[in-house]
Amino acid sequence: MSLMNLTAVELGRKIRAKEVSVQEAAQASLESIDAKEDRLHSFITRIDRKKVLARADEVQKKIDAGELTGPLAGVPVAIKDNMNTKGVLTSAASHILDNFVPRFSATAVERLEQAGAVVVGKTNMDEFAMGSTTETSYFGPTANPFDTARVPGGSSGGSAAAVSGAEVPYALGSDTGGSIRQPCAYCGATGIKPTYGTVSRYGLIAYGSSLDQIGPIAKDVSDCAAILETIAAPDEKDSTSVARDSYAFTKSLTQGVKGLKIGIPRDYFGDGLDPEVRQKVLAAADVLKSEGAIVEEFDLSLVQYAIPAYYLIACAEASSNLERFDGVKYGYRTKDYEELHQMYKKTRSEGFGPEVRRRIMLGSFVLSSGYYDAYYLKALRTKALIKAAFDKAFARYDVILGPVAPTTAPKMNSSLSDPLKMYLSDVYTVSVNLCCLPGLSLPCGLASDGMPVGLQLIGDCFREDNLFRAAYAYEQARGPIMSPFAREEAEK
Amino acid sequence: MAHVIDDETIDYVGILAKLELDGEEKEKAKKDMAQMLDYVDMLNELDTDSVEPMTHVFPVNNVFREDVVTNGDGSEEALANAPEKKENQYVVPKTFV
Amino acid sequence: MSGMKQYETVIGLEVHVELATKTKIFCGCSTAFGGAPNTHTCPVCTGMPGSLPVLNKQVVNYAIAVGLATNCDITRKCKFDRKNYFYPDNPQNYQISQLYYPICRNGHVDITVNGSQKSVGIHEIHMEEDAGKLIHDNWLDASLVDYNRSGVPLIEIVSEPDMRSSEEVIAYLEKLRTTIQYLGASDCKLQEGSMRADVNLSVREVGAKQFGTRTEMKNINSFKAIAHAIAGETQRQIELLEDGKKVIQETRRWDDNKGASFPMRSKEDAKDYRYFPEPDLPPIVISQEWIDRIKSREPEFKEEKQARYQKEFGLTEYDADILTDSRKIAETFEKAAAICGNPKKTANWLMDDTMRLLKDHSMDPEDIRFSPEHLAALVKLTDSNTINSSVAAEVFEKIFTDDIDPDKYVEEHGLKQVNDAGALEETIRGIVAANPQSVADYKAGKKKAIGFLVGQTMKAMKGKANPGMVNQILTRLLEE
Ligand SMILES: [Mg+2]
Ligand SMILES: [Zn+2]
Repeated sequence: MSLMNLTAVELGRKIRAKEVSVQEAAQASLESIDAKEDRLHSFITRIDRKKVLARADEVQKKIDAGELTGPLAGVPVAIKDNMNTKGVLTSAASHILDNFVPRFSATAVERLEQAGAVVVGKTNMDEFAMGSTTETSYFGPTANPFDTARVPGGSSGGSAAAVSGAEVPYALGSDTGGSIRQPCAYCGATGIKPTYGTVSRYGLIAYGSSLDQIGPIAKDVSDCAAILETIAAPDEKDSTSVARDSYAFTKSLTQGVKGLKIGIPRDYFGDGLDPEVRQKVLAAADVLKSEGAIVEEFDLSLVQYAIPAYYLIACAEASSNLERFDGVKYGYRTKDYEELHQMYKKTRSEGFGPEVRRRIMLGSFVLSSGYYDAYYLKALRTKALIKAAFDKAFARYDVILGPVAPTTAPKMNSSLSDPLKMYLSDVYTVSVNLCCLPGLSLPCGLASDGMPVGLQLIGDCFREDNLFRAAYAYEQARGPIMSPFAREEAEK
Repeated sequence: MAHVIDDETIDYVGILAKLELDGEEKEKAKKDMAQMLDYVDMLNELDTDSVEPMTHVFPVNNVFREDVVTNGDGSEEALANAPEKKENQYVVPKTFV
Repeated sequence: MSGMKQYETVIGLEVHVELATKTKIFCGCSTAFGGAPNTHTCPVCTGMPGSLPVLNKQVVNYAIAVGLATNCDITRKCKFDRKNYFYPDNPQNYQISQLYYPICRNGHVDITVNGSQKSVGIHEIHMEEDAGKLIHDNWLDASLVDYNRSGVPLIEIVSEPDMRSSEEVIAYLEKLRTTIQYLGASDCKLQEGSMRADVNLSVREVGAKQFGTRTEMKNINSFKAIAHAIAGETQRQIELLEDGKKVIQETRRWDDNKGASFPMRSKEDAKDYRYFPEPDLPPIVISQEWIDRIKSREPEFKEEKQARYQKEFGLTEYDADILTDSRKIAETFEKAAAICGNPKKTANWLMDDTMRLLKDHSMDPEDIRFSPEHLAALVKLTDSNTINSSVAAEVFEKIFTDDIDPDKYVEEHGLKQVNDAGALEETIRGIVAANPQSVADYKAGKKKAIGFLVGQTMKAMKGKANPGMVNQILTRLLEE
């Protein structure tokens, strides 16, 4: 058993009880990373050992002085590489930012550090979070800790793999169309995309501004609640952040599911869903039923329209958000150019990978003169219809239950050749982002190929409490799920 | 309805997006874009004439700052990552002709 | 020439005005002018990855105030949009502006040209951010970018194509300028770029119903240049039409030195801005209370002031017009006149000496720095005969440049008028004795010779003698 097999909350408790020092926790993480990175490649940047240990020392002193008393004090963490970390390379897994060292940290990172987190590195991801496999990273792919021949999912694949592979107790991810939930499902980790506005986006390199949210990726539901409690807060630097009535997420964990109304959308169990995934997800619903929840099937409707609406909105926003990468202020600039526009074009064509270029092209096209109404406005109207469908569902149900992804993790090199097919695999996750809803992903068993299956719980806006109640109750009944890499760590 | 993206369109989008596509890449981009447009045409099945486009989901309005100076000299931070700089300014290919 | 067609020029303006806020529109950086390059910047106004805009409330207040003063409807739910175009003065390569729901619409201002009144429609006013500054570096043969101005708040006032001459255009701009200055929303200086006008211009045959094809001219930074640009472009378009050619709809840059405009197009600059709602900023909902609050703070504008000055102080229409052209001058006038109780004299100082000194120092009326208290004190010093007029003029220059306290200054420099008849007579006797030729000339009937003797006396008295008394005493002595 290694310290890296503990959950973040358990490790934090031991640190506060002086059973483990912050240095020991950091060492355990660094050693685990050393032992596994050749095979997993969860990280783009590993922070210098000396710096990590010095930071651990600083945190230890504050804990000893009684200045840090929170659940995450002294616990190591990894940060997805699209969140700014002051003085540490932040590349968004792109060539165009592969030398960018920000001078300020994202608010979410700052909040973790104020709570005594020890950052050990920046995790791999799809370039600018555009992808579902972490294969679009300029720095090469990350492997799935359950099967290194498979992808970890994406775009927060590095964060999910680092947690599932017991390199770190927890990590931060970001979710624009499923980028926390889907890699959690593929890697057997637990993560939540909070209600839009719950965690500040300040310092998060934007992909789709109206869709992006930062959230935790962890070993279990309790960790997710504790981490979210730490990073969630209104932020005067993010005009879209929302002051919520309550941030007491951990309080909901043990409230049980008696009387909780759970709706299962039939639309989420149609064609394209792997039968084994369907069976595991429905079995999880049965568990919740046996715990006292009221479980019903219903018709959500409009599900098939979420993906086109999502891609139009996400690509349009991305095409604008990524305009700032132009070789003028930071990042890569092409070597040979004669004039301004050639410099722009060469810099961006060389600096962005194919998937990013594809989405920028689509986004620029759908916003261009003559197409705005037909595509972008149409997508915004569709979004309104989808939101209305969810409103209707949440008038009847506290939680919507379904799969995270249609299949378990695919093999490496099998997804990128057909972009549309890759986009379609986001069918169960993107509505959550379109409608600003919270969505939680946790494993609900292993398929016959040994790969984890993800269960998704969706709540109404600002009702993470219901998700935590259901997820925690289910998790208690389910028991732990460990990747081979985590087992290797446990056997050390 | 099958979309066909011609060279002129893809070159035009390249000008807007500041991306330069050559030969094979251009052909692929034309195909990818046409395929995506065919796919998103699915939205035309929905009658949305009476639906207001939804930009912001929450009824959150009027998020303001007070007019108070909070920032000092940011030049060092601004230029720290600049590919080319001179006398505290960014250097770009000439914009005056 | 009988065959010659008659043309009419149709002009609409897009006027950009930098607002007088302390900080930029979306970040807490200073808007102060000058400053070493890129010192007034932060992650937001340099477009750093991960940065987000937060709206300065004062920008909305000013925009509403200008909208109300120009008779606009205030958009109750307004939103920001992104305008996308690549240029290095714009760090994000998009400008946060307003297209779909601008804050003000459907306004108008009334102007008077050659005695006749006209209403110029305002299509809309929107809020947006200014761009940075580009300068050419000869050594590198490249451009240098400074983002100190990036993110300075602007309103863009878009008129209807209602103007037909440069006189109307200038009257409209002057009207906007005084109105906005009176509101305190901007100093509106064309030279410094805090007020900038883009001119949309087309020509058509007199009597035609349809507008001709218009061009947009940018980079015009004085009233004189605007008049030149309008004349030049009108001429260019008429010549094209006379030659049977077509006017191309395009953006042109006016070069006032060359006296001509040049096309700005490049195939890399497609004018397709791909506007879409800014997702990083929630909408602005403007309540009736908010509008009422701003309306209630509205100042007395130029026209009302001008009428009141004529009635209350008996000033001529012309004088009242000049005094109220600048809010600063008007304010100074009112305060100083109230203190010294002599509006006419106060007005004279502001209209004659002040205007002359402003011209000498190439300053704007809004730039005057002296206090009304000091001007009032100066008026009192002359009213009480404490100083004579030539001393007063000298003291006023000091007030104008250094805002000195005239009472103290006169005291310290011993500039009080000498009204002591005995002392004056003694000096004058000396002058008379020393200038027998002039005395003889005078006595021989050359009455003008007295002027020389007065001058000599003033010189001897270092300018402080009471001129009336000098004349009186001198005449008496010469007549003796
Ligand atoms: Mg504008
Ligand atoms: Zn700033």
